[in-house]
Amino acid sequence: MITQQSRKIEQIHQDIRAEHKTHVEWKRRNRTQTIEYMIHGIFLLLGLITVGCVLLITVYLIISGIPAIRQIGLLDFLFGKEWASTASEPKYGILPFILTSVYGTAGAILIGVPVGFMTAVYLSKLASIKVKSVMQSAVSLLAGIPSVVYGLVGMLVLVPGIRKIFNVPDGASLLASIIVLAIMILPSIIKMSITALDAVPKEYEDASLALGATPIETYFKVSVPAAKSGIAAAVVLGVGRAIGEAMAVMMVAGNVPNMPNSLFQSVRFLTTAVSSEMSYSSGLQRQALFSIALVLFMFIMLTNAMLNFFLKREKE
Amino acid sequence: MLSQTLSKKRKNYEVLMKVLMLLSAGLTAALTLFLVIYVLVQGIPNITWELLSTKPSYLTEKIGILPNILNTVYIILATLLLVLPIGVGAAIYLTEYASNKKVVSIIEYAAETLSGIPSIIYGLVGMLLFSNNIGTCLLSGALTLVIMNLPTIMRTTQESLKTVPQSYREGAFGLGAGKWRVVRTVVLPGCVDGVITGCILSVGRILGESAALLFTAGFAHALNGVIDGLATPGATLTVALYVYAKEQGEFGVAFAIAAILMILTALINFAATFVQKQFAKRRSL
Repeated sequence: MITQQSRKIEQIHQDIRAEHKTHVEWKRRNRTQTIEYMIHGIFLLLGLITVGCVLLITVYLIISGIPAIRQIGLLDFLFGKEWASTASEPKYGILPFILTSVYGTAGAILIGVPVGFMTAVYLSKLASIKVKSVMQSAVSLLAGIPSVVYGLVGMLVLVPGIRKIFNVPDGASLLASIIVLAIMILPSIIKMSITALDAVPKEYEDASLALGATPIETYFKVSVPAAKSGIAAAVVLGVGRAIGEAMAVMMVAGNVPNMPNSLFQSVRFLTTAVSSEMSYSSGLQRQALFSIALVLFMFIMLTNAMLNFFLKREKE
Repeated sequence: MLSQTLSKKRKNYEVLMKVLMLLSAGLTAALTLFLVIYVLVQGIPNITWELLSTKPSYLTEKIGILPNILNTVYIILATLLLVLPIGVGAAIYLTEYASNKKVVSIIEYAAETLSGIPSIIYGLVGMLLFSNNIGTCLLSGALTLVIMNLPTIMRTTQESLKTVPQSYREGAFGLGAGKWRVVRTVVLPGCVDGVITGCILSVGRILGESAALLFTAGFAHALNGVIDGLATPGATLTVALYVYAKEQGEFGVAFAIAAILMILTALINFAATFVQKQFAKRRSL
């Protein structure tokens, strides 16, 4: 009787112990799971910082850019032909800057894209491996050179050169900026086009060659159309670079807020408009500079959206 | 033979395209060569030990760029220190943790957007965000550069994470390791090469950056230690180049800095390709 009872008690003890053990195990597992969740959360947070940064930049630019536009009036601001921020009766029209940026970028694309595109086709299809690798490192170097160095060389070589060749009073002009920008966008156009051209399936080219096309015809009539989305993306990337460049342009454009009526006029870009007055501006003038930055940002977002569109098509 | 059978029109096309291609490639090569040689020829004679080892002095009216060199080093260190954990963490989230496709595409879109924003906008926002709160100083500049370099670190890390074989992860899971343990012991060691490549690219970008630093880090030439340096305004090499060339007309010094930057850029490019080749070789073993 007693032994039976003690055995029963023993049994209960054992059950309790076992239960306790599973409980501890469960608790431990629960703890590791909590840690896992926490770590997951930390990584998620780190990933979302990027999104936060984009939102922060957008919101800050909009908040600081809107007041001046409201005070000046959107139409007067965007289409006003005169910028005289320090005059006694200040005028804040940024059409000269917008047009300069558009013309400057268009000019740079007009010069930079054909040269870059042809170089890319040559390097991707015709050049020997050795030439290709040497040229690719040259292009990487060109891409890595700081923009102030481009500005410096432009200031001391290009600007005097333009003054002498075209016999104009000052070489710091739209033309000088266009040439500097064209050189600066060259590496991104070449690199991206080469990537697109290298990715064209060899079968396409073989088929074209077998049908009797010459290699050159094949490259331009088969490979290039097959890589057209990538090449379009390269052009858009170049546009983005050219619109956004500030320092090099600041050193060669002359920075006078003229309408860009001729290639030899001293002009001011959207980027340089922001930076050239920032250090001493205040009040409405400073707010207007933020509004210019907002306009620039809109341009950039537009090119970014286009770039994404072409890149997505390229992937497909 | 083949060329004899071609019609005149096709032959002309052939010749024209070949000439255009060679001209373009030649122009690109000549431009690069000219830029490099011109900057080095103008700059190297101006690089003296005195220039490299002193600060500018009003008494002797001599310019030294030691403060600018140090500022550049400080800002690179501070930026990398801050950007690495964020960038690597974000990349790990994207490749290892994220299960929701929408979140991934939002983060990737944000990173692409960040890499497309020009540096002058970063400079402006950095001024509003950081300089207006903690003052114009190297730290503000570094924080601005952190946002700028985030996409670079993220992309290179992500690329290297994708090369870690899935079987490694499965093996570790099979042995009973938890997610965090797999990430710590299997995934993280696998992305070292991406992190190193990202660091090299970021250093190159920081070295060449000027527009984003002009209004965030300022342009002083004082000689400081790391801590003081980060808390006070200071010009990096590129900003110093701009100030000396544009505002003071000291072209000798500007070219000396340009030559130094050119040499450093070449070294960084060389290091980046070397590292990438080395890692590719190791991976193929």
